Amino acid sequence: MAGSLRALRRRIRSTQSTKKIFSAQELIAGARIVRAQARVEASKPYAREITRVLSALASSASLEHPLLTERQDARRAAVLVITSDRGFAGSYNVNVLRRTEELLSLLRQEGKEPVLYVVGRKGETYYSFRDRPMAETFTGFSEQPGYADAQAVGSALIDAFAAGQDDGDGGAGEGGVLGVDELHIVYTEFRSLLAQVPVAKRMAPLEIEEVEEFDYEREDREAGRTGDSGVPTSYEFEPSAEALLDALLPKYVTTRIYAAMLEAAASESASRRRAMKSASDNAEELAKNLSRQANQARQAEITQEISEIVGGADALVSAGADD
Amino acid sequence: MATLQVELVAVERTIWSGEANLVIARTTEGEIGVLPNHAPLLGELAPGGVVTIRTVEGEDLVVAAHGGFLSVTPAKVSILAETAEISSEIDVERAREALRRAEEGGDDPEALAAARRAQSRLQAAGQSS
Repeated sequence: MAGSLRALRRRIRSTQSTKKIFSAQELIAGARIVRAQARVEASKPYAREITRVLSALASSASLEHPLLTERQDARRAAVLVITSDRGFAGSYNVNVLRRTEELLSLLRQEGKEPVLYVVGRKGETYYSFRDRPMAETFTGFSEQPGYADAQAVGSALIDAFAAGQDDGDGGAGEGGVLGVDELHIVYTEFRSLLAQVPVAKRMAPLEIEEVEEFDYEREDREAGRTGDSGVPTSYEFEPSAEALLDALLPKYVTTRIYAAMLEAAASESASRRRAMKSASDNAEELAKNLSRQANQARQAEITQEISEIVGGADALVSAGADD
Repeated sequence: MATLQVELVAVERTIWSGEANLVIARTTEGEIGVLPNHAPLLGELAPGGVVTIRTVEGEDLVVAAHGGFLSVTPAKVSILAETAEISSEIDVERAREALRRAEEGGDDPEALAAARRAQSRLQAAGQSS
């Protein structure tokens, strides 16, 4: 009996110390969400401006650019998966990877060979454990991605895309490098603190996506600086519109990767906080149950001791009476 | 007098926004000065360029902007940059150090880009290298 009491006490202690770790993780993740959300907000003005510049260009230049044109009989498709570096985030990585698998099988059905680009150690482990080839992996920044990280990822993808342009039936074309014909991205969208949804999007050939509903024309009118309303502004370009498009589109792709990484980082923290909250709740519940059991065991021990003493005294008394 | 509504945005945050009388920038084609009521314009900023914004208070705001675009619309002037720093925030010592390191890097394109960035930072801070 005494042994089980000691064992119980030890388990209570260890549960309590794990609980401390969980709640510390929960607090850290909580603080990170706030910061990640602030970064998402801070990155929006740039995204809005670059979209606006692109739309202005689109209305003026003839849109002939490899990043915009659909390729006939696309053969290989790059898939960028954004996962986390650390675990302890509940179903965050599982969900992203499941969504990725769906996309991969869809691509295979369409007769395209998927090529994996993975961000985050968890995704890397997942695919290397399954012996699946990865074109490139990027790790070490999943929680706090910087723009430089997005640039590294973006330039790898854009290079692969550019290399895919001249690929023939037999394999690599003039470039000598086997490239890709499409770019896809899978990441977790941060809807709210409670809802993070894994989404898959196609980045290239790209459709210019409005960041948010925004009436630029009206903004111009309200500023009272447009001449005739309704007439689209005609821009001067420096250098030519085509050269600008060349310079802008890769940046636009990088911006979208950056935005996706920021959202993923916010989702990761949110999902980690939720997982850690339920873990520390469970630990507390477990500690409560264990201490009940420990109390019971202690009580049983005391009762047993008393009955032993009483029994011993009785025996002594009866032995004395016999004399 | 009419003024320009200027927004200077880097990828990670908005650096500055406000009213100005004049914006001077260098595009890949050459220097350009933008006054109020300028015709709509889209330009690519020269790598390692410096942008000067003369605010309505008459102050000159000198900014090192890397990898950017200039967009002038009737409503406002926006300067988009991958990274941008206002001269008062530039740490001259660090920029010097970065330049020295980058120059040791030789001909590797990344080192060259870093060197250009450092140079424009120094230029913006009024310390030519």
